[in-house]
Formats: sequence, C-alpha cells, structure tokens
Amino acid sequence: MSGTESSQARWTVERGDLQHLLDALRDAGYQTIGPTLRDGAIVYDALERVEDLPAGWTDRQDGGSYRLERRADQALFGYAVGPQAWKRFLHPPRMSLWRARRAGAGFRVEASADEAPRYAFLGVRACELHAIAIQDRVLLGDRYTDPAYRARREGAFIVALNCSLAGGTCFCVSMKTGPRAESGFDLALSEILDGQNHLFVVECGSERGAKLLAQVPCREAGAEELAAAEAVVARTAASMGRELQAEGLAELLLRNLEHPRWDEVAGRCLTCANCTMVCPTCFCTSVEDLTDLSGDSAERVRRWDSCFTMEFSHLHGGSVRASAKSRYRQWMTHKLATWVDQFGSSGCVGCGRCITWCPVGIDLTEEARAIRQSDGVKRGKDHGRT
Amino acid sequence: MIPEVVRVAATRRETADTWTLELEPPPGEDTWAYRPGQFNMLYAFGIGEVPISISGSARQGATLLHTVRAVGAVSSALTRLKRGDSVGVRGPFGSAWPVEEAAGSDVLIAAGGLGFAPVRPALYALLARRERYGKLILLYGSRRPEEILYRREIEALRRRLDVDIDVTVDHATGTWHGHVGVVTSLIRRVAFDPEHTVAMLCGPEVMMRFTVAALRDAGVTRENVYLSMERNMKCALGHCGHCQYGSDFVCKDGPVLRYDRIRERLAVREV
Amino acid sequence: MEGLERIIREHQFFRDLDPKFVALVVGCAKNVRFEAGEYLFREGGEADQFYLIRHGRVALEMVSPSGGAVTFQTLGEGDLVGLSWFVPPYRWAYDARALELVRAVSLDAVCLRRKLDDDHDLGYEVMQRFVPVLIDRLQGTRLQMLDVYGAAKK
Repeated sequence: MSGTESSQARWTVERGDLQHLLDALRDAGYQTIGPTLRDGAIVYDALERVEDLPAGWTDRQDGGSYRLERRADQALFGYAVGPQAWKRFLHPPRMSLWRARRAGAGFRVEASADEAPRYAFLGVRACELHAIAIQDRVLLGDRYTDPAYRARREGAFIVALNCSLAGGTCFCVSMKTGPRAESGFDLALSEILDGQNHLFVVECGSERGAKLLAQVPCREAGAEELAAAEAVVARTAASMGRELQAEGLAELLLRNLEHPRWDEVAGRCLTCANCTMVCPTCFCTSVEDLTDLSGDSAERVRRWDSCFTMEFSHLHGGSVRASAKSRYRQWMTHKLATWVDQFGSSGCVGCGRCITWCPVGIDLTEEARAIRQSDGVKRGKDHGRT
Repeated sequence: MIPEVVRVAATRRETADTWTLELEPPPGEDTWAYRPGQFNMLYAFGIGEVPISISGSARQGATLLHTVRAVGAVSSALTRLKRGDSVGVRGPFGSAWPVEEAAGSDVLIAAGGLGFAPVRPALYALLARRERYGKLILLYGSRRPEEILYRREIEALRRRLDVDIDVTVDHATGTWHGHVGVVTSLIRRVAFDPEHTVAMLCGPEVMMRFTVAALRDAGVTRENVYLSMERNMKCALGHCGHCQYGSDFVCKDGPVLRYDRIRERLAVREV
Repeated sequence: MEGLERIIREHQFFRDLDPKFVALVVGCAKNVRFEAGEYLFREGGEADQFYLIRHGRVALEMVSPSGGAVTFQTLGEGDLVGLSWFVPPYRWAYDARALELVRAVSLDAVCLRRKLDDDHDLGYEVMQRFVPVLIDRLQGTRLQMLDVYGAAKK
C-alpha cells in the first residue's frame, strides 16, 4: 500500500482494527480529541480507546431541543453534531496573552508562554471542516495573524467523518458545506454498518494522513464498499432538517435593516449568547486586565466574548447596540451578510447548533425566510402593501 | 502583539478633563512613524488599554502626542501620568486621512469637540505642503469656550494668511465674543469650491451626520467626504470583533472611512 | 433708492426675487448701522422692524437664570435678524446686540406686513424664504441642546 494523495484511492478498515488508528495517533505524539458522551450530550473530549466513543447513540435535535437516544445498532458515529465544535481547541476560550511587572519607575511586558498541544481531531464533520477553514481565514488570512491559533492549527491532525445522518437542524446542503468531506483533512472516514459488516471506508487527504494509515491494518476498498459509502452521503444529503436559501441572502439582509421582523425576533431573543458560544465560526473575544494585590504585576487575559452582551459595543458611556433587536440583527447580518464582504464567504456552515441550543428555538433559516417573503417592508407600514 | 513600554516626556493640560501626553519613542528608535488619522492602543499599567488617536508629533517627530479625555478608568489613569512615567503602546493602527489624495483640491476640515485631536495631524500635514492644496478651511465646534482644544494653536493659525479658521461654541459663557451656534452654521459662511473640495470630518457621530448633510447640500461629492468613526475596541488587530461597523472593522478598515462607503449605515440606528 | 434696490436684490434673503416684488420691498426698506454694543432690539419690544445683515456680527441673547446675558446664537453677513415680526403678537423674544460695527438693511415690518396682506403672491415669496430660516434656526437649536460634545455621563 503506498502513501498516495490520490483522491481515487480508498481503503477499508474493519471496525475491529480502528483502535490501531487511535494507537498510531497516540504514538505519533498527538492528543486525540473525539466525540464522547457526557452530561447528556456528545462532547468532543480527550479519548484513547474506541470504547470511549458513544457507540449505539444518536441525537434528536430541533429548535431549542437536544436529546440523546439509543440506536438499534452499535454505530460509533451515528449522531450529528454536539453543542461545541473544534473551536474550543483551536481558539481557546481563555488564555493569557502577556504579563507585566513593575520595574523601577516603569514596567516590563513579556509575552505569556503558550504550550500549544498537538491535537488529532477524530470525527470532524464536513461542516466543521468548513468552519475551521473559515476561522483560518479570519485569524490567519489577514494582516495580523493569531499565533496561538496558528500553533494549534498547524499541528492538528484531522480525521474527518462523513455524516451518516442529518441532524434535525442541519442545513449543510443549503450552505454547500457538506455532507461530504471534500478537503481540509488528513483522513476521512465513512462508517458502513449493515447486516454483518461494520467497517470504515477511508480516504487519504494528505501525505501524513497516508503515512499514518500505513500503520493501520487495511485493504483496498471494494466496489460495493465504495457504493455503500456514496449511499451514506446521499442519504444524509437528502434528509436535511432545515433549508436556507443562500442565493442573494447577504444583499437581502443588508437592504432590510429596518425590517419589522427584527423587532419580532427581539421579542423572543433573550440575548443569552448561546448561539455565539456553540457556533463553530464565531470568533469574538475580549480581554481582561488583572493585577495582583501588591499591584506590582499585571496580566492580560483573552477570553471568548459575544456580540450579544451590552458591554460588547460600549462607547462613550453607553452601548451602540443597546436594544436586543440591534444585537440580534448584528449577529445574524454579520454571520450571513457582512461576513461575505469581510472574508469572502458566508460565516454560516449550516451545522444548526444555533437553532438547537437557542433556549427559545430561534431559527435563523426561518428568520431569513420571513424577511425574504416580505422583502422591503419597513416598520410602520402595512405588510403586503406596495 | 504585546505593548511596547515608553516614557512620558511631558504632559499638558488642555481643558478641565483633557490632557495631552507627549511620548518618547521606544528605546533604540529616534522617531515615531505614523500616518495622520491613525491611533495607538495605550496601556495604563494594571488598569487596561484604550484606543487613542495620534494627535500629532513634536520635536521633529521625536515625540508623539496623544490627547486623552478622562471618561473611564483607563483614560483617567492615562491623564494622571506624569513626566517620567511609563505607558504601554501598541500600534499605529488604522487608515489615514486622504492627505495625498486631496492634493489639487480645496480642503475643508470640520471638527467637533475632542474630534479636533485625530484630525490635527492631517492639518499639519497639509500645512507642511501648503502649496499643493487650494483653500484650506478649518471649522471647529466646541461645547463651551473653555472646552476649545489647542486654543493657542488656533490663535497662531489665525495669524497665518493661508488658512480660513472659524470656531463656534454651542453654549457661550463669560466673555466669549465669537460665534455661537452649531458647527454646520459655519459652512455657508465660508467660500469654497464644492466640486473640488475634500472634506475631513471628526467629532460625535450626530455632528458628523449633520455636517455631511450640509456639505452635500453645498455640492461636495460623496467620494470627497471622509469621516473618522469610533467603536469599542479591544484588540485593534481585526480579531476580537468589537469594532465592527457594518462590513468594516474600525481598527483596520477605519477609523477614517469615506462617506460613500458608509452612507447607508450612517442612517441606521444602532449599527 | 436705486442703491437700496440693488442691495436688496443682492442680499441672500431676497435672492432671485422677481423685480416687481423687489420694488414693493424697497418701499419698506432703509439702510441702518449699529455701533459695537448697540442693541438692534430688546426682549419684550415691539417687533416693528427686522434686519438683513450686510456686514458685521450680531449676538442673540437671553437673560439666564443666574442673571447674566447668554448668547445662544451669533449671526452675520447674509443673515436675517428678527423672526417675531411675522407672527402676532409681534413682540421680540430676545435681545439682539451688535458685536462690532453692523451695517444692515432695516425693513419696516408694519409696512411690509400690509403689503404681504395686499399681495399674496409677494406673501408667498417672502414665506418661502422665511420658513427655511426658521427651520434652520430650530434645527440648530436642537443640536445645541443635544450637547453633543459633552463628556459621557456614566
């Protein structure tokens, strides 16, 4: 078996041999992160054994609702996405930027040490691959780059997973971000589970992916196995939980900034910021300046932030976006419209997390549809009249 | 990006709550490099960082000037700094006033309140190559006479014959004999060629909106009006998301933004 | 008279006024001047004339609660000074004081009001010029009230 980057070559790994993949990753010095079951959800966490995966579990998701359920089979990846993506590993929720110490009449500043772990991500969905690529563009693609993100990103080994089912709130097909993993991975798995077979069809996406696979017992994938892998993707694509008409969406939203729908959703939105916490592309942060009791040393810490907070837009003794309406509008128009101007693509990958994890089930596909259906309506005017 | 620690060379009180800090360059450097309109993030030890526009340089560029108004914890700490104290600096960041692009045109600068500080470097850049420009007009509106910034400099500029300066206040006090009224009322008093005028505006957003309207009424084109916008800032690198204003990040696409680009946003509240 | 007619025709307020109307207006007009410190009119006085400034600056003042005079607006060349001549009870609501030498055209309000009543077309022309000044003053006052340069209140 040769280490080839050809997209034609596919390999089959038996479910029983999957542990070898995890061992190979560990031996190569990676800390493997993958789906685990915790607190009633599928959570990406450290794992070493195939037994740590949520075998036989699936999820049922809808607006404001997430439940785990038992499957009839023992699929290892038979669920959609959990509350958090890989963002918390690549773009840490909290980290020290620098420390300062008084020195004589002045002070000195020193960058904080950053020991970036070498991660291997197991089970990255197509939407998540796109989300990572989007964050690459934001944090590495401009004049200033984020060194902490770069350090974690460059070291990361990515084992993608082609979804075998669509979540109740998924719409990657609308966003053209899935369900097939196209690029941005070292290895991509498709889980085939039927009758007597439980195996993985594996695609190599990089040289190092191929090198790693060389340490795992596998054979060339047969025609039937390839067909089964295709069928999995096709079935998933056909059963999306939601749909978003992305055509002209950015322009639609930007010409409807005064649409009454914003007031309507503001009546429901709690500005709890859940959506920004679970969204795999949201990148906003803030900084905290800390001192110790002696006042001789200080530290600057960076932490995740959300545009839904009042402080986010604080200026001159007040907030530029004080109303819930303006904050919801900011989030949605940034994600679906101004992001395109800023970074060349939509900020949304159709993972549906914001819909699932919103306590009141606000659904941005529904909000976009409502605005599209009454494009051009202004507050104070009757709906439907021209 | 970590702050560079520099020394305060001097401080000067401008008004009751506003001071100008004069900063020495970092160790090993002779001058500060920046473009008019840009800002630095200034760090007060242990308290925090705020964006402050560069308001000029002194001693042939050897020192840098920042005019700070005490409105919060960090800015108040900065205004309490004394000669010899240290301050952290990150920058310079942001876009610049169109000093080059305005060559060949009349230039009208309209500033309001503390907004005079970010545009002052542009004024000096224009004066340094005065022959390249047509008329040079400065309109400055302040709240009260005692809050007029850089008063002595304005008086010195008035003695020049090649700059038109008009100052007005919203509320007259004491012995003020100058203009009283909004800064927009100064526009119709001054003669300029609207089709060949570049306007640079800096001040509270509402003041800039009305000033743009008055300039547009007078015939200045959309592509020739520039505004310095302000939003909450944390990183100044385009990564924290706080300073977004529509599609733009004020820290890197701004703070100086051309009117035609932001025209629609300016009309919407809470953007 | 001819000089006055030209002055009125060229003044910003009456710009583009039809010559037959200019002739009507001239009949109520005369040249005046004020030395620095002189009042054009005082609060409470009868608004029986108003002024078109040709040169010099005028401060509009009111007495503040603490007793002193506060200037709330300054006007100058090209401006109209005095608005209350147009509406009953024709009484000045504030003081207008020359800050320096002021040369102006004074218009007899009683005379002009009669002519506006007699000739509604003239009335409309004057109204069309008068109302924008009112709106401009009102909007300026609102902006001054907003106190936009004030320090942030916590």
